[in-house]
Amino acid sequence: MPKASTKKTEKNAEELSYEEALAELEQIVSALESEQSQLEDAIRLFERGQALAARCGVLLEAAELKVKQVVGDEVLAFEEESE
Amino acid sequence: MQPSLFPEPTPQTYTVSKLTFFIRKLLEENETLQDVWVQGEISNLSRPASGHIYFTLKDANAALKSVMWKLSAQRLNLSLRDGMAVEVHGKIGIYEPQGVYQLYADQIRPVGEGALYQEFMRLKAMLEAEGLFDPERKRPIPELPHKIGIVTSATGAALRDMLNTLKRRLPLVEVILAPSPVQGTEAPTALVKAIQALNRQKPDVIIIARGGGSIEDLWAFNDERVVRAVAGSQTPSICGVGHETDFTLCDFAADLRAPTPTAAAELATQITRLDLQAELQTYKTRLASSTLNLVAEQKSLLSSLNAQLRYLSPARLIQSERQRVDELTRRALMSVLYRVNLQKNHFEGTQKRLEALSPLAVLARGYAVVTRKADGGVVARVAEVKPGQQIQVRVADGQFEAEVSDQ
Repeated sequence: MPKASTKKTEKNAEELSYEEALAELEQIVSALESEQSQLEDAIRLFERGQALAARCGVLLEAAELKVKQVVGDEVLAFEEESE
Repeated sequence: MQPSLFPEPTPQTYTVSKLTFFIRKLLEENETLQDVWVQGEISNLSRPASGHIYFTLKDANAALKSVMWKLSAQRLNLSLRDGMAVEVHGKIGIYEPQGVYQLYADQIRPVGEGALYQEFMRLKAMLEAEGLFDPERKRPIPELPHKIGIVTSATGAALRDMLNTLKRRLPLVEVILAPSPVQGTEAPTALVKAIQALNRQKPDVIIIARGGGSIEDLWAFNDERVVRAVAGSQTPSICGVGHETDFTLCDFAADLRAPTPTAAAELATQITRLDLQAELQTYKTRLASSTLNLVAEQKSLLSSLNAQLRYLSPARLIQSERQRVDELTRRALMSVLYRVNLQKNHFEGTQKRLEALSPLAVLARGYAVVTRKADGGVVARVAEVKPGQQIQVRVADGQFEAEVSDQ
């Protein structure tokens, strides 16, 4: 029962930010290294870890600097002058 | 002390050279004239190939011929032009061939810079005494910021340089720009507002930056309000104003000083994309090796369980049972054979005994067996036959018939 609920809250790796994905990857690696996991869990964790690592890799490769501007207390898009 | 040019008793005539030399000595012995700042406007500016600079310094009522030798001219970081109001430092001397006195200049600065410098020093001393620049106030700059705030002009080269640097080093980061004029009279209040607006956006670090310029261009970053806003920023700040050699009070107030805007962007991203990729690689390796270890461990656990299982398996029991059966079978066979032999021996004895009892043996000794022919019954007593009855007599080597004749 608690297992099912943690699975439900687990977001698709593709939806995670770099920090979220890396933090979860870190947890999974520590969990696997603590050698407490059941084999079935371990394999599930490993697959999840691989997905997270892939997500981080894609984000690092493809990241584009996001630039916004704040005017007063309003956050607006900022168009860089192309030169 | 008045020099006595024309002493009454002995009138004397001077040569031009001697007089000029005399005047020169007068000027050179005057301490004020040998170390003087003169303010005026440049005119008749001339920069011949020799590298020396010639100009006339003038104001509404007077003019002063001036020269700056090549050595000092090379150190000049100010482009002179006619009409420019300047302050010139140097000493007054005489150019004897033309009989003119002139200013031998060694430094030139724009008018007002001296006053600015005085103001800078006054403000710096005051804020320093307040503790605004104390090293204990400096906070560490986060190594891996998610959100970087930038206060600078939206159109300057400084912003472009910083964005390019951030793109190259850490494109994951989110940049929030608070655009503000960075020079002019409205710059200080705009800069203060921009710093405060950025703080409300809660970035991890704020960069306050501006490209290079003259001391007047950078002056907004020495404005007390701006310096106090930088010192009061809740977010750690990096100041990158001007060039390597430019220092503003904001540099002292910020948590970290960067020599240029580009350097500020670098200092704001101590961990770069490359570092993150390397970190990710170690996680991948650890992920794979820890899982492999776990699988290997499970495998060896499995094989040891398997061995235990085999040891406890009924197959082994069956085998030992089978052996017992074999053993029993062997023992059964042995006992049967023994019995058979026993029977055989018994049979042979009996046979011998039978042979001994055989009537044939008796017959051989001369006895005969008489049987009635009619019914085959053995005649053991006289009463068992009647006269005239047919009998058979068996002797050792055969039989013959006879008739009972009498009783």
